[in-house]
Formats: sequence, C-alpha cells, structure tokens
Amino acid sequence: MLRTALRNLFAHKARLIMTALAVMLGVAFVSGTLVFGDSVAQALRGASADNLKDVAVSVQAESEWESESDAAEDRSTALTGDLAEQVADVPGVTSVRPVVNGTATLAAKDGRPLNVDMSWQNLATNYVPDDGGRDSRYPLDTGRAPTGSDELLLERDTAEKAGYELGDTVRFATSGPALSGRLVGTVETDDPRVTAGGSLVLFDTDTAQQLLLQPDRFDELAVGSAPGTDNRQLANDVAEVLPDENVTAASGAELAKEQADEIVRSTGELTKVLMAFAGIALFVGIFLIANTFTMLVAQRSRETALLRAVGASRRQVVRAVLVEAGLLGLVASAAGFALGIGIATAMRPLLNMAGAGMPNGPLVISAGTLVWSLVVGVGVTVLAAWLPSRKAAKVAPVEALSSVDQAPPKRSMVLRNCLGGALTGVGVLVLLLVSTQEDGEDSNLLAAAFGSVLTLTGMIALAPLLSRPLVRLAGALTSRLFGVSGMLARENALRNPRRTAATASALMIGLTLITGMSVAGKSAQAALEDEAVRGLTAEYKVSNADFNGIEPALDAKVDDVPGVTATAPVTSSTLFAKDEFALITGADPERLERVADLEFTSGSLAAVGPGKVALSEEYAEKAGLSQGDTFRGEFADEDEKELTVAGVYESTRAVEDVLAPLDDVLPYSEGGRLDSLLVGTAPGADGLDQEIREALGNSPLLLVQDKEQLTKEEAGPIDLLLNMMYGLLGMAVVIGVLGVVNTLAMSVYERTREVGLLRAIGLDDRGVKQMVRLESVVISLFGAALGIGTGIFLAWSVGSLTSSSLATYETVLPWARLGLLLVLALTVGVLAAVWPARRAVRLNMLRSLNAQ
Amino acid sequence: MSMQAAVSSPAHPSQSSAAARATELSKVYGEGETRVVALDSVSLEFERGRFTAIMGPSGSGKSTLMHCMAGLDSVSGGSARIGDTELSRLNDRQLTRLRRDHVGFVFQAFNLLPTLSALENITLPMSIAGRKPDPQWLDTVVETVGLAGRLDHRPAQLSGGQQQRVAVARALASRPEIIFADEPTGNLDSRAGGEILGFLRNSVRELGQTVVMVTHDPTAAAYADRVVFLADGRLVDELFTPTAESVLDRMRRAGAAGRTG
Repeated sequence: MLRTALRNLFAHKARLIMTALAVMLGVAFVSGTLVFGDSVAQALRGASADNLKDVAVSVQAESEWESESDAAEDRSTALTGDLAEQVADVPGVTSVRPVVNGTATLAAKDGRPLNVDMSWQNLATNYVPDDGGRDSRYPLDTGRAPTGSDELLLERDTAEKAGYELGDTVRFATSGPALSGRLVGTVETDDPRVTAGGSLVLFDTDTAQQLLLQPDRFDELAVGSAPGTDNRQLANDVAEVLPDENVTAASGAELAKEQADEIVRSTGELTKVLMAFAGIALFVGIFLIANTFTMLVAQRSRETALLRAVGASRRQVVRAVLVEAGLLGLVASAAGFALGIGIATAMRPLLNMAGAGMPNGPLVISAGTLVWSLVVGVGVTVLAAWLPSRKAAKVAPVEALSSVDQAPPKRSMVLRNCLGGALTGVGVLVLLLVSTQEDGEDSNLLAAAFGSVLTLTGMIALAPLLSRPLVRLAGALTSRLFGVSGMLARENALRNPRRTAATASALMIGLTLITGMSVAGKSAQAALEDEAVRGLTAEYKVSNADFNGIEPALDAKVDDVPGVTATAPVTSSTLFAKDEFALITGADPERLERVADLEFTSGSLAAVGPGKVALSEEYAEKAGLSQGDTFRGEFADEDEKELTVAGVYESTRAVEDVLAPLDDVLPYSEGGRLDSLLVGTAPGADGLDQEIREALGNSPLLLVQDKEQLTKEEAGPIDLLLNMMYGLLGMAVVIGVLGVVNTLAMSVYERTREVGLLRAIGLDDRGVKQMVRLESVVISLFGAALGIGTGIFLAWSVGSLTSSSLATYETVLPWARLGLLLVLALTVGVLAAVWPARRAVRLNMLRSLNAQ
Repeated sequence: MSMQAAVSSPAHPSQSSAAARATELSKVYGEGETRVVALDSVSLEFERGRFTAIMGPSGSGKSTLMHCMAGLDSVSGGSARIGDTELSRLNDRQLTRLRRDHVGFVFQAFNLLPTLSALENITLPMSIAGRKPDPQWLDTVVETVGLAGRLDHRPAQLSGGQQQRVAVARALASRPEIIFADEPTGNLDSRAGGEILGFLRNSVRELGQTVVMVTHDPTAAAYADRVVFLADGRLVDELFTPTAESVLDRMRRAGAAGRTG
C-alpha cells in the first residue's frame, strides 16, 4: 500500500501544490520562530557572559539618597574607595575594577536628542584604565582614554549615529542642564542594550562619579581572581568585609546564570507569542488540507472500491491515505523548515525597525527545531487527513462495478448544526456576560478568551448552515449583475456547503482576528487620543525625557520667548485621604486657566487656593467628598493637612485626581522639581518648539512636545502593535487565500464535464472565467462577512473590560479599515480565481465532454 | 448579429434547402507517423426538416463528422456550413455564439448541470444569450417531451430517461437551425431510449426541426428518415426510410466489404 500512496502522491502533485504550500508556510512560521528565539537567546546569553567574563565576584550596592529628595544628582551608594581597597586585600582577589553606572542622553551633532524615547538604554559609565592605560572591558577603537572632566569616549556606533568625530564637542545631559565634553576616542562593546539601539558614553572615573554618583562612590566592584580560584568561596570571603546587607557579593558565574535565566524567560515569552500566531496559521492550514483530501478521496472512490474489491482491508485504505498525507507533510515541512531559517534571518531587522532592540548574533539552528518543524508539519497534515481517510474506508467494493456515477449520499448536518449552535450560543452568552464587566481581572480575561474561542469554533461549525442564506444573498447580487455566469457561480458555491464553508472558514479565522484587533486597537487609540489632550489648551508641554523633572525657575525663560502667551508650571505628588490613594497636581489656578480648560461640575478653578483643593469627579465619588467638605489628607513624608474641597471637575488627563496650588505640592514632589511646563502660544505662532528648547539651554533630555506629539505619544504605540499583528496574522490570511485557490482548482477539475457542456451549448470563455471568478468572490465575501461580523462582536464584548482603566473607551468601528478588509476579500476572490479560471477555459471541450 | 442574418431559424427558411452541408470535409489528427485521417473528403447535405442518422463502426469518423458539423471541432480541409454560414471562417467566439443560438445538442450522458433545475437546464442556452424564452414555445416543447410537473426537479432527482428528455427539451427550446444528437440513447434501456427517439422524430415531423443523430444502434437509426453510413472516414452508403432490418443488412454488407476490401 505504500507504493499506492506514493503513486497517488505523484499523480496528484499539481493538485497538492496548494496543500503543500499551506503546510510549508505554517511550518516556516514555526521553525522561523524557534530559530529566531534560539538565536536571540544565544546572542543575549553570549553578551551577558562576555560582560561577566572577567568578573570573578561582583560587589553591588543599592542606591541611596543623601538628602530627603530622591533627585538623580543626590544618588549615592555605600561603596567607597576605602571599601574597594579592603576588598582588594581579601586573599585570592587579584584585581578590583570599580564601576560607576548611570544614564546620559546625547545630543547628535545636528542638535537633535539621540534615542530620547528610550533614555534608559543611553548608558554612561567610567573608563577604568589598567596599568597599560587601557580598559579591557571597553577595547578602544580609535583615540585614547579620557582624562579630566572635559573629555569623554563614545561607543563606536553611538558616535557614528550622532555624527561625532574625534575632537568634536559632544553635548549630553545626565539629569539637569546640558553638559559638554570633547570626544577623545571611541570604544567597542557588545552590551545588548547598546547594540540594540541605545548609546554609551564613558568618562574617567572622577568625572563619572561627579556626574552620575558622588565623589569616591561606586555602583559596583568587579573583582578579578587567579585562574582556578573557587569564586563562590571568594564571594563569601569578600562578603565578610562588606559593611551591611545593602551591599552584596555574588560570583560572576552566579550572576551570569541569573541573567541567562532572565533572558531565557523573556525570549521565551516572545517565542510563545510568535508560536501562538504560527499555531493560528497552522490551524487555518488544517481546513485547506482537509478539503484537499476530502476531494481527492471523493475523486478516487472508484479506485478505492477497486482496491477493496481485490482485497484491500478498510484499514489499509485508511493507512494509504494517511501515509500519502504524511509523505506530503514531510516534504512540505522540510521545505517549510528551510524557509523558516530565511524568516528568522529577516525577523531581527524587521523587529528592530519597530524598535524591539534585538541583539546581533549568528543564527542558531538546533536539532530540536528541525524535529519540531517536521513533527508539527507531518502531524497537522495527517490529523487533517484523518477524517477524509475514514470516508475513503467507507467506500463499498461494489461501487467499483457500478457504471453510472452516483451522487454521493448527503450526510446529515443535524449533529454539526446542533453542536455549532450550542458552542456559539454558550460562547455568545459568556461574551455578553463579559461585556457587563468593567475591569480586566484575570477571571474576566479568561472568560473573554474562553467565550471567544467557543464563539469562533461554533461559527466554524455553523458555517455550512450559514453558507446557504449568505451565499444566496451574495449570489442574488452576482446573478443580477452578471446574469447566467453569476447564477451558475452561486449554484456552484451552494453545491457543497461543507467545502464552501471550510474554504470560507480558513479566511474567516484570519479576518476575525484582524477585525477584532483593528476594532479594539482603534477604539483604544481613539480613547487615548481623546484623553491625551482633553482639557488642555496649551500648545506645548515641556518635560524631562528621563522623568527626572525640570527646574521650577525655568518658566521665566520660556515666558520671554516671542509668541508665548502663557506658561503654567505643573508638579505632582501623592495624597492619601479617606482611605483612598490619589495623585495630586500642583499648579496655580490663574496660570493653569490660561493653558487648560477644566469643566467644573461644582465650584470653580478660581476657588482653589492654599488649603483649598479641587477634586476630579472620579476621585470625589470614590472618597465620598463634595464641594465644601473638609478632610484630612496625608501628603508625602507623612505630613497631614486640613483640606477643603473648592470644586469638582470632570476627570481629565491634564490634571490628576486632586488639584492644589503649586506651592502646596512642590515641597512634596520628587526633588522639589516640576513635572512639566505647559506653554500657551499666541494664535498662529507655530513651530516654537525649537525656540523654547533654545531658551531652556537645549538639553538633550528636554522634551518639548506639541499637542500632536502628545497624542502620538499616547496612541502611537497602538498603530505599531496593530501593524505587527497584521503582519503576523497576514500569514493566516495568505493560507486562507491558498485555500480558496485550492478549492476552486479542484472544483474546476471535478466539473470538467460541466464546463465542456457549458461551452458546447454556447457559454464563451469570458462567461466560463466569470463563473469561476464569481464563485471565488462569493466564497471570499462569505468568509469575510463571517470574519468581520464575528470580529466586531468579539471586540465589542471584550472592549468593556478596559472601561476601568480607560474611562473614555467606547467601541469605535474603523469603517475605512473594515471596508478595506471587504475590498481585500473581493480582491482575494478575484485573484484566487485567476489560475483556476484559466485552467477552466484551457480544458479541451471535446475531451471534457467525454471525461469520466 | 450579422450571423443571425446569415443563418435563419427554421421559421424563416433561407434560400438553401440544406440545414447543414459538408463539402469535401477532411479532418486529420496528428502529424507524421501519428497522422490519422478521421474524415477523408466527405461531402454530405442534411436537409431541412429531416431526421438523419449517421452510422458506422467505431473509428469510422461518425462522431468526428458530427463534431465538425456542429462547430465543436475545427476542420482540416473542405467546408462545413450551417445554413449559409461557413464554420471554418468563424473564430472561437463566433463559433460559441453559433452553437448557442443556432445549434442544439443532445449528448450520450451528462447533458445537464446538476445544480440547475430541469427548467433552468432547458432555458440555459437562452439564459447564456441573455434572451427570454418564448413561453408558448417552451410550453409546447415541455409538453412534447412530457416533463410538465418535473420542471423544478434537479437532475439527480430524475431518471436517466427523464434526464435525456430534459436534454431534448433544451435542444428544442431555442428553436435551433439544427440539432445534433450524439448517441442520445446509449445509456438508456430500450423503452426509455425508444421514448427519446420518438420525441426526436416527432420534433421533426410535427415541429419541422432538423435533427442529425450519431448512433451505432440499428433500431435507433430506424427512427430516422435517412441513414448515412461512414467507414474509415468516408461516406460509403446511404438509406432512405430505413427499418432496423434494412440498416442491419447494410451494416453487414459494409462490414463484409470493409473486411474484404
């Protein structure tokens, strides 16, 4: 029987092409993900091992702050030069490398801030020359080591990105005002944070301590030991001399292992997400494979009957089909595995373009990946062919002898419809229940996922039932527009509801997910955009990219910029009152009024003054307070104060839960600094951001955003996320399209004689092509209608869960995008029919008429 | 539409008395060593309002003759005309149109589209042409073949004989210049076959239709007004007002001649 399976496989290779492509794409996704995950983990692990290569023991201290504020420039640690010497005296220690760590954001040569959105990746550290004047951790690429406070080094790529050359003056900021230093050299590093898009600047140790920490303090002591030393023991020995538990010693091996574990965990998450999408693609592929084998088995029923008549057992017939599927799966998986390696190569630059920051490194292709790819591919193919193979076994031997073609008996779909109805019903009920919930608790999310899966599965089961009315509807339109070929297309699409449904389902799954994501994403985006600037009349917001705040006195400088009509310094802190925790905004009412438009439901902004605060509606309700009430509020540092409610305003992003005068809040804010400076401008005074920036000393850390940028900052990431989702779900849609091509090609083959007859009695080539094309369009539109409908429902029902965190969320239907999906389905329908339609008119009419 | 002017319907007989005519018609398949002459310079007329049967053993070229005359296949030499229209001058599109508007077909099997009802199958050529059928004529045709009451049935719900009756009705419904029937009773038992042949003969006698039928069954041929015999791609004999016996007799003689010569 193996030979029969092999022969069948080769005899039908053209017809199996689409099936093989589907398996191949799915497997490519799987193997690509695995190879990519392995490669990234390996690269990260390599980088962290490299970083810790010379570190036998690492002594690290937690940050502490000398004053009450926690401003960056007051940061200190318990690691002193004395302690470093003590550690160096511990027997077995051969070297101690004192390290200072911090962040510094650079301005590029043309003045624009470099990578300011991810300033935590903008590293700053000290260059520690050894006896030869070199730091082995950061090999010099060009130039020399920095000496003195006006010299610095840049990492090679950083210098290139910023456009600096040796001798240039580099502008940067660590927390406060803009600083500068002369570039005296460049170094290399493989720190993943830097290679993934960050930057690195190095100073001599004194300068680094001054800028990033305190004089004579360090963040870490990297201890070296002689080869063969028991570093674990050494870590214990070092720990003996350490002053308290805020300072810890760990062996380099331990740290490397910790980091590696962390890396494996984080890349594991990413791999899992990608795998979920690969799973969706493969799931869609199942429909295509099952369709193909159902048709093959049906076409071969005469042969099968003959096999049975000459003595093949049912089991042998089943096995022959499964072996055929397995062989197909194997070949397709092998091709898919190869394609996956290509995908993995392309994935890193793609993700990095989206700002994911994946490190460089060689591709890692493990035996496990190969095995998994083959197992998944073969498994899915055989699984999908299992039901059709059972059908093959049911062919009675006597059918070989019957001379007339019998229409296959119509199997009842009552069971399927009942099951589908039940699944959909329960799913919809669960989702309706979810839609009454308001927060994203785990239990609600689980219910939402459960309901979605049930609904989608139910819809797939119900698709044949739904195909009748929906295809008829679409067919009525095609009949009216295209006459007889439209009518024939409709009848052809209705002929085998299972096949039509399976084909449409494959498209539906992808489109459901894309629609759901689009609706949810666009709704969230609309809500965020609305929130970002609601109540704000200021044109610009000035803040610190590092979240370190800005100097309170800066407003005067901005006031002098021509075109600026108003400024309002804004700060924030926390307030605990009435058992409720709140964020409090400090701003002077009369200045705030000129840059913000708060809607007061009671009281007024003018009534806010010392000891008199305004509350957001939301907080007022939670705390049970209203205008005129007096309550005790606990500020930071446990300062209690008597406060009176001067008014209640509609919640907005412009101010937090509680609004108080600037002077009441400033003492409690972080480092006594401002959060932001809101700037109002005269009408028509555009493009003041550069002037404001100049007026404030042009620090690279300074963020001057106009309204558009503020909106984009809030809502922008959603577009990025949506685009990535589209890319990932695109694979599922492509496989769905292959399914349509497949079904049509097979249908045309099955209906060879009908096509011949139609042409004999006068349907011309155009009519035949149109008939095939319209059938394809009808099936595609059916899939699209199911998918878009289901997607909207899922997004709507789950959307309510955001209302606790995103008050302004309401389901927004992105009509343009949904329309685009329909047009896409239409296009898919037309394109999928190109090849099958061409085949249909190329059939030799006389031979078709006589075909058996 | 120029073609419609050139080829008139039975209701408006054209100058020519023949519904279709082959003149030194040749059909050659293949080239070189695989060259097969299927039709060797056949000249033949199918008179209007007559029922002609084409007979001959397998490979005699009888089906090829029908295919060439019906515009289903191209000719290699000579001419094939339907009415006054020379088929070899028509391109594929024009041939398709000709078949749609002026030729009716009844095939041996698989005459009907399984997705369409009997009535839809009958009116299919007119639907393709975008024309409305003449309801009175349609009634006449349906009545003639005895299908009233089954018009809503799908082919799968009809017996083999009924299916062929639908096919005959379809061929008649558009009032074609000529109907070609290719072994129309080949898949039927003798009773159902007899019915179909009766309908074809009635359509000629009562409705003035022209019918050309390919068959190898002498009993079927006996329904025709005239039988032409083909052998090795040549017209070898013909017989008017045949009976089953006379046809069988001619076939034996032709067979014997074939064996000796």
